[in-house]
Amino acid sequence: MTELLLGTKKGLFILEGEPGGHFEVKARAFAGEPVEYALRDSRTGRLVAAVTSAFYGPKIFYADDPSGEWVQAGGIALPEGGDDALERIWVIVEGEDEGTLYAGGDPGVLFESGDGGANWELNRALWDHPTRPDWEPGGGGLCLHSIVPWPGDPQRLALGISAAGVWLTEDRGRTWRQGNEGLVAGYLPEEAREGATSLCIHHLERAPRRPERMFMQFHGGVYRSDDAGQTWTDIGAGLPSDFGFPLVLDPADPDSAYVIPLAADSDRVTPGGRVGVHETRDAGSSWTERGDGLPRRDAYLTVLRQALDRRGEGAALELYFGTTTGEVFGSGDAGASWFTAATHLPPVYSARVAR
Amino acid sequence: MALVRLRGPLKQRAGDRAEHAIDGGTVAELLRELERAHPAMDGWILDERGLIRRHIKVFVNGEGGGEDTPVASDDQVDVLPAISGG
Repeated sequence: MTELLLGTKKGLFILEGEPGGHFEVKARAFAGEPVEYALRDSRTGRLVAAVTSAFYGPKIFYADDPSGEWVQAGGIALPEGGDDALERIWVIVEGEDEGTLYAGGDPGVLFESGDGGANWELNRALWDHPTRPDWEPGGGGLCLHSIVPWPGDPQRLALGISAAGVWLTEDRGRTWRQGNEGLVAGYLPEEAREGATSLCIHHLERAPRRPERMFMQFHGGVYRSDDAGQTWTDIGAGLPSDFGFPLVLDPADPDSAYVIPLAADSDRVTPGGRVGVHETRDAGSSWTERGDGLPRRDAYLTVLRQALDRRGEGAALELYFGTTTGEVFGSGDAGASWFTAATHLPPVYSARVAR
Repeated sequence: MALVRLRGPLKQRAGDRAEHAIDGGTVAELLRELERAHPAMDGWILDERGLIRRHIKVFVNGEGGGEDTPVASDDQVDVLPAISGG
């Protein structure tokens, strides 16, 4: 049985099903409220959800039973009395230390919890970074949406911030440096691209069995790094469009990545009305469209940056993605074939598979 | 003391009580005191900057108010989510 956690515009939906079949809604929480992201901590089973009420602001809640009481976590706020307010939590990620979770949000902020999500603390080194006044928000805000631990090494972490680039630490977040070499901001005038820091990262992932290898969906470009995020090489050639948001990897294969291209910055739907997940198995030298079972005509869908996830690996890799029109598609065979897992849901902001 | 009236989730987080008699010279002072008395409300009305959240409306004796609106001891202050949408 596979459990899907869907953050939607109208609450958290928890679905269960088997690959190839219909997924049933088993629970719903935060009815009517936007849930940007939710995960089930694989170590404890605890559910942790980021909810942004239009009225009451962004919060994190946690629960052991989704139909039971959700408790508001402490510490999800910026320092009082400043010029900024927390706008949104974009992502929650398991850290490498027991009980550690990270959360990323707007305006470009990282929170850490050492107790499984009950209490959080702002990472001050990133908050106080001297370059922060120069950071520019992307269209979705100054969002810290990608938090990428290094398997087995809690000292090392990579972050993706739109549009403030890649940030790397090797001392558990006490100091941060940028990792942007090779990224080309095609949305800037040519003469302004050299050394630009307003870099619109859309999604970052790390290959767990070769952690110095990372993949990135950029705002116009798909990139690979073989030196832990310091330098980047464009691998977008061969895709119908190098614009898109989500990206996942097959953990068994460091040469693998999956992306879902959208037509363009100015036209954020599946290109040509054809839904396709594109896969590389040679580190980006070539891409193969995986669309068997997906809508192939008259389908102009949008898949947001956190709305693609995976479970398992190798030939048994399961993939799931949700759309802003409320469909969820899945694959139980590493993308070779696809099925419709759910329809008629609210716009899907995030899809997370319990592992 | 001014009388602060809450509804919905704000009422629930304030001990499930709709009416609260609170001392304070301005709307912001009243709301900060309300948060102090009910920590579960922390961050639900005022953000980190001390500003009333964009989609929360505060009325003092039926007139729209802001953080600095003066409040007298017999005033009635309503805090409610704004009507949004069309």
